[in-house]
Amino acid sequence: MISRLPLILFFIALISIVLPLSAQDNGPVKVYTFEEFEPRLYQETDSVYVVNFWATWCAPCVKEIPYFEKLQEMYKDDKVKVLFVSLDFVTQIENRVVPFIERMNMQAEVVLLNDPRSNRWIPMVSEKWTGAIPATLVYTKGHRAFYEREFNFEELEEIILPLIN
Amino acid sequence: MKKMGLLLSVLFLSVTAFAQGYEIGDKVEDFRLLNVDGRYVSMSDYVDAEGFILIFSCNHCPYVVAYEDRMIELHNEFAPKGFPVIAINPNDSIAQPQDSYSLMQVRAQEKNFPFPYVLDADQSVYPKFGATRTPHVFLVKRDGSDLRLAYIGAIDDNYQDAGAVEVRYLANAIHAVKNGKTPDPTVTRAIGCTIKTR
Repeated sequence: MISRLPLILFFIALISIVLPLSAQDNGPVKVYTFEEFEPRLYQETDSVYVVNFWATWCAPCVKEIPYFEKLQEMYKDDKVKVLFVSLDFVTQIENRVVPFIERMNMQAEVVLLNDPRSNRWIPMVSEKWTGAIPATLVYTKGHRAFYEREFNFEELEEIILPLIN
Repeated sequence: MKKMGLLLSVLFLSVTAFAQGYEIGDKVEDFRLLNVDGRYVSMSDYVDAEGFILIFSCNHCPYVVAYEDRMIELHNEFAPKGFPVIAINPNDSIAQPQDSYSLMQVRAQEKNFPFPYVLDADQSVYPKFGATRTPHVFLVKRDGSDLRLAYIGAIDDNYQDAGAVEVRYLANAIHAVKNGKTPDPTVTRAIGCTIKTR
């Protein structure tokens, strides 16, 4: 029994090294201007892209995050890719956004769009968007739809199902 | 079945039209809403006003907070020129407890708002304007005995940094209206918090 102790200690040490590493799998949140971000709205592959505009302080956005996570998890084999676009202020990335991502254990990619000229870029995301969040763009080859509204999981699924093969 | 589809699409269209609210140039109805000082406010109370800066606003939204000082400056600049600010909280306080009437009073006092901060308690006013978020600005001008919508959208082109503003959309719109011209642009967009309903 005593002889196992070093082994146990070794594993504890190993886990304490590996865990923080795996927690950083999300990587630092990339910060984009709209010009840098725009190509993410026009990727021409056979994936279905679900681009959700949100912020940590937006209660309805926070509520629907698990549904987007579940969508990506359930349909990853069908090439559904969720991208969370945070509209939090860039000054709050370290003290708010990153801790929030860790607390919610968000697995999908998160980027932060830091471009104050929103009157210019909002219509470039969609002419339909007045600027309220949450807002979600769903696109794939030959299909593009924009939603300025909240979703539950079933509603998201209903949108995605006709788009996956 | 076809008829049913037609009926549904007509219903859908009418719902959409309702959600969109007033358009530029439309006649705007007055309102009577409770201010943080316990009195009711209507646009008709202001006999000398040439128009109004109506700002759908609230307590909780960081995009509103980023603009609060600029809302105060706008009122101080334009109320003497006939365009006072009226801030209207459209949020349901059960859906968003931070936006309750008593917390509106607290915020108005903290910031010493020089303008009324009123509550759209039954959420009947914001849909008429088609407001979708806070902050969401509607510039109204007097036209004889009527009030008409002149501009919809953002205060300026930089929510993050008042010092980096390049275009003051709302101020420009007021100047245009005062000179008998149509604002250009008449509609702008900005990021904001959705209006909270139950």
